[in-house]
Amino acid sequence: MQVIESSKVYDVVIVGSGAGGGMATKILSEAGFDVAVLEAGPFFDPAQDEYRTQLRWPWESPRRGASSDRRSFGDYDAAYGGWNLAGEPYTEAPGTRFAWFRSRMLGGRTNHWGRISLRFGPLDFKRKSVDGLGDNWPIGYDDVKPYYDKVDKLIGVFGSKENIHNEPDGFFLPPPKPRLHELYYINGARKAGIPVIPSRLSILTKRINNQRGSCFYCGQCNRACSAYADFSSGTCLIFPAQKNGGKIELFTNSMVREVTTDKEGKATGVNYVNKLDRKEYHLKAKVVVMAASACSSARILLNSKSSVHQDGLGNSSGLVGRYLHDSTGASRSVFLPKLMDRKIYNEDGVGGMHVYTPWWLNDKKLDFPRGYHIEVWGGMGMPSYGFGFNPNNLNKIMGGEVGGYGESLRADVKKYYGAVLGVSGRGESIPQRNNYCEIDNNVVDEWGIPVLKFNYQWTEHEVNQAKHMQDTFEQILDATGGILLGDKPGKDRNYGLTAPGEIIHEVGTTRMGNDKKESVTNKYNQLHDCPNVFVMDAGPFVSQADKNPTWTILALAWRASDYLVEQVKQRNI
Amino acid sequence: MDRRESLKSLLVGSVAGGLLVTGCAPESTVETPEKPQLPGYGRNEAEKEHDAKVLSETFFTEHELETIAVLCDIILPANAEFGSASDAGVPEFIEFIAKDMPNNQLPIRGGLAWLDSHSNKLYGMEFKKLNDEQHKTICDSIAYPGKTAPELKHGERFFTNMRNLTMTGYFTSEMGVKDLGYKGNMPGVWDGIPEDVLKQQGMAYEEEWLAKCVDQTKRTDIATWDDDGNLLT
Repeated sequence: MQVIESSKVYDVVIVGSGAGGGMATKILSEAGFDVAVLEAGPFFDPAQDEYRTQLRWPWESPRRGASSDRRSFGDYDAAYGGWNLAGEPYTEAPGTRFAWFRSRMLGGRTNHWGRISLRFGPLDFKRKSVDGLGDNWPIGYDDVKPYYDKVDKLIGVFGSKENIHNEPDGFFLPPPKPRLHELYYINGARKAGIPVIPSRLSILTKRINNQRGSCFYCGQCNRACSAYADFSSGTCLIFPAQKNGGKIELFTNSMVREVTTDKEGKATGVNYVNKLDRKEYHLKAKVVVMAASACSSARILLNSKSSVHQDGLGNSSGLVGRYLHDSTGASRSVFLPKLMDRKIYNEDGVGGMHVYTPWWLNDKKLDFPRGYHIEVWGGMGMPSYGFGFNPNNLNKIMGGEVGGYGESLRADVKKYYGAVLGVSGRGESIPQRNNYCEIDNNVVDEWGIPVLKFNYQWTEHEVNQAKHMQDTFEQILDATGGILLGDKPGKDRNYGLTAPGEIIHEVGTTRMGNDKKESVTNKYNQLHDCPNVFVMDAGPFVSQADKNPTWTILALAWRASDYLVEQVKQRNI
Repeated sequence: MDRRESLKSLLVGSVAGGLLVTGCAPESTVETPEKPQLPGYGRNEAEKEHDAKVLSETFFTEHELETIAVLCDIILPANAEFGSASDAGVPEFIEFIAKDMPNNQLPIRGGLAWLDSHSNKLYGMEFKKLNDEQHKTICDSIAYPGKTAPELKHGERFFTNMRNLTMTGYFTSEMGVKDLGYKGNMPGVWDGIPEDVLKQQGMAYEEEWLAKCVDQTKRTDIATWDDDGNLLT
């Protein structure tokens, strides 16, 4: 099989169409560059009815929205794929665990994420200076702040000015009012001495321009918004950039195998497989932007071996794939008897929580480093597959038969509908050199591309953090006046700590730094070893805070794109 | 179409809808069986292929489907306002789920066989042919986890599974969502908890918190800010 060449040379080829790839597409095309965007999955636009899952009823799905190997978060979640991708496996080293969520589609995982859009604060870029662990970023909050500001205004995020040092305020749209279960949370948290503020989500509670609508409160952001009232890369970056007249060629179903380089080691483009004809193509470009996600970009770089880059592109430090880290997670829920037989009204709200607790103990000495934020869930949601299972288990608490059949089951379901409140912690882990992904030398995917093998274990830090979460959850939920559900997970279950990867905040595989022996990219996301290759996904993160990474991916991709334009102008690349 | 007929068409209909319709017409031109298809619900190509494959398969026998329908309606009978589980299409749902999630197949098929065997032992008849009293006797013995005789545990497990599928099938049907009273899944404006609910719960919004929240009369105004991030519109 021959690689099919085309004569055109693009100014930039961008690998991946998620948050980082979308931002690079917008900024670089607006700078006048001729841009090719490669996406490994199909086209997707939630405004077109053939792709729409928003506002569908459970009975429109024959499996009533249940999850499957084809869509891990259920039929109506916008993310294709998930924990499994047919024909594209990954492996785990014996005794270790990593769950890898991938979504092959235009916009990638931005189509379904929780829209939680938190800025990293001044402490988050310099955690080593606080606790001596891990490493500081080569940049600080002041370097990124102007870009956070621009992202806020371009994309839109609701929130409130709170003047909390490590939770910087931005240019916020106003937040929605709390729902009833969230008032219970606020009251419980306050009694436990824990702060609560309005949440910060990239959902338009007001219009920000004439191209995108404002939120109509269906609570279904994970299904992707047909009014473009929440952020996803396709709807807010790539489509507008196309409409602005940018020179953008979109290659969907195009799976990149490797970055190609010349004799001097400079990148010349990428080789990709067109999934529809299974043939391999070469795209020529002056600059390559990797934005395939932290692990996918690491995989492509490691698979891009040449006489100059013998261990893979950008890997002279041996660090590509290393320092992989995900958020910690743990959860608990409470049954609120005062919400039994509640009046039913439409409380869908925005897709996600209206209130949350930012990390509040930066000044306390604890038996673990870093912190976590607390997310809140509950309410009278739309039924889908699984609703009505064990319909009267709560009779164990309230009295009455468990099980049975007949008319009483109807009453039981209605009695307990919307009477549960849940909380989840999302925390910062400590990046470890020995938590990493590498190329599995024994396994290829169906395109013949060597796959990733993961090596990942939590340390005592993360386990202790989960223990603190459980103690906190217990305090807050007890204070709601409700009855806690399930057993409190103890040491034997790592305090309910989720497996690495499960929170889908994996970052760090191509971390940035000033020392090329200790980092993969410089502070502008540019490979130390190959200046015409940039990494604009979450790979360059040195640490990930307890904050969802997307807003920082966007800000850094914008910053790196500005730098890229400048470098091209100065003929440095 | 009565239930029996609808189950029958369910059984063969998905295999060759086109053939069945013209089945009685003598010497009719051979029709290509229509590829079974569902109305769109936002599927990608791989998903469409999967659904078509599942729809073209047959798993349960007619007898099994009839037994499922009888059992579903014992679990959730009609009341004055709403229909029964089978009125809401639950047997069809279970039929699909068993094919779509094949790990259900053995437990359901085996459970149905267990139920008939048990029924035969007690009454000398298959479960679906028993009268209400006899149904009640059997169901009472397997419907209450923790109270089941050890030798009937297999029945309890099966019944629990069928109760779950019946309840979820019903409450995710159009009838069930209406019965539940769920009010959302439509464009609207969330402007806080209704006053009477707050009162009944003995709760109130704090003024300070509300002051931060969106003024819904201005939700379509385009946002602008001053340099300090204060919203101007």
